[in-house]
Amino acid sequence: MKNNKNLTAFVLVVTPLIVLGISLFIGRYPKPLLMPLSVLLHDQLGQNLVYNLRLPRLITSALLGMSLATAGGVMQMLFRNPLVEPGFLGVTQGAGFGAALSILFLTTAPLVVELSAAGFAIIGLLLSYFIARRIRFGGWVLRLVLSGIAVSAIFSAGLGILKYMADPTSQLPEIVFWLLGGLWSVTWTDLWYILPVVVIGLVIIYLMRWRLNLLSLSDETAFSLGVAVGRERTLLLAASVAITAVVVSVAGIVGWIGLIIPHIARRIAGANAASFIPVSMSLGAVFGIICDDLARVLTTGEVPLGIITSLIGAVIFLIMMTSRSMRIAR
Amino acid sequence: MNPAVIQVNDLSFSYNPAGNAAVHQVSFEILPQTVTAILGPNGAGKTTLLHLLLRLKTPLTGSIHLQGRPLNHYSRHELSQNIGLVPQTEYIPFEYTALEYVTLGRAPYLGPLEIPAEKDTEIARQSLKEVGVSHLENRPIPALSGGELQLVLLARSLCQQPRVLLLDEPTSHLDLANRNITLQIMDRLRRAGTTLVFSTHDPEAAALIADKLVLMRAGQVLETGSLEEVFTTETLSRTYGTRVEVLQVDGLRVVKSIERLGGEQNGQNNPAER
Repeated sequence: MKNNKNLTAFVLVVTPLIVLGISLFIGRYPKPLLMPLSVLLHDQLGQNLVYNLRLPRLITSALLGMSLATAGGVMQMLFRNPLVEPGFLGVTQGAGFGAALSILFLTTAPLVVELSAAGFAIIGLLLSYFIARRIRFGGWVLRLVLSGIAVSAIFSAGLGILKYMADPTSQLPEIVFWLLGGLWSVTWTDLWYILPVVVIGLVIIYLMRWRLNLLSLSDETAFSLGVAVGRERTLLLAASVAITAVVVSVAGIVGWIGLIIPHIARRIAGANAASFIPVSMSLGAVFGIICDDLARVLTTGEVPLGIITSLIGAVIFLIMMTSRSMRIAR
Repeated sequence: MNPAVIQVNDLSFSYNPAGNAAVHQVSFEILPQTVTAILGPNGAGKTTLLHLLLRLKTPLTGSIHLQGRPLNHYSRHELSQNIGLVPQTEYIPFEYTALEYVTLGRAPYLGPLEIPAEKDTEIARQSLKEVGVSHLENRPIPALSGGELQLVLLARSLCQQPRVLLLDEPTSHLDLANRNITLQIMDRLRRAGTTLVFSTHDPEAAALIADKLVLMRAGQVLETGSLEEVFTTETLSRTYGTRVEVLQVDGLRVVKSIERLGGEQNGQNNPAER
């Protein structure tokens, strides 16, 4: 039993590392697909490329996948709804609006765009939260969902206005490319900027993963089990929104990871969050790296990451929904 | 020293400060190792009263003492080790196995970052066994029937090992056989030392098991007392606002509605003024 657990933990940690290690050699230099080991050993440009471009980008793609998958799993439990995803509550639309605002009125410099995106992601969340507190009917979950939908709609309308105002030859393509998502501009600086938030958020969620089960029960039952429902929910929600906001701010809008990976993880490990959250983290990292590999090598340019994750995610989702072993919990 | 486990004094609660009280100036006490039925029609304030006993709601006036100590002097953890709740039903959207779900009952004994150990799982297994559903251990919750789910909910609260167990309408959506199974388990728990309080609108379920009845209507307690004292044609008619008759069949108390549909012509449909 104990050995089995250790083996599982080992596999969950080592698999993303192996995928990351192999991916360092994947790209279009010196020729498409695999870079021979000799290039890394002897070619100055190759070394530079791997260390300064591929490594930070791959680590970021792993953190992106991990964060979105984990945040998705957490939110599904907090909202007691398996179809919730982390962009929910105005976070994604807020980030998109913030990025477009910066591209249009400030600068297209990545760091400024990212900060603006992160700022508006958090504004989106806060708006959803405070509006939900003012709604006078329904349970807490319903109120959050309703205000999240409304806030997202307002930001997407705002985004529409910004796109309409944007210069169609220079600004509009920037906005569109940002919205499609991608990691082409990631540097070590970006990585250092998201790393602390992502690590803190993931550690909080990892440590409290069993409590998530309690928070997926009705308020009265959770209360009767001694859970500080409001406080614990807010802490876990804040952790998952924070990690979502920072990764979205560097990567743009990358969909479906947060919805699909927790579902696959539950298939593998069962519904108990103590076991499926770690699987989600590991699987999310692997999925993030592989999708970014595809984004880099599929064409001579760069395929936006959001397109790849949506395409693969939606196909997997369809396969899962139509396969015989799928049981709907209702 | 007062031997009562729970003492309720002059308790009032209102959902809307301007409107009617959902619970109005209620007082009673509950002795250890007894079963108390809070009996009354829909909307009488039974669930609200249970939530007040759980401290899920804060009373407007009055007090509740648990083992001689005011309820709000207990820490959240302490309280959850003393009082458990079996909700009327629970919608569980994820496919926990019955064992995983029951193990959640160990939360009051675990720290905020702790994960249940093997001994907690063992207590959960024991709880499933106590309610006679060990065979459901690995079954996903959404695949359970209504009767099975009720037993698993009960097992989860047993796993909590509370001194006082509150049950909200534990028999209301069960068929007769499952109702009796649930009542038998409650009886066993009482003999094992637990104090039970349950709300119900079914007087016959109350008559089968309760040591004491609290009859409620429109937020007020009409009567409290033993079965012999308060389980009468007159008080039950008053509680339910419709004419009923208490009969004895085979030594059991049975309640029969003796009002025709459209019986308002005889002016007796609302003996208790709201």
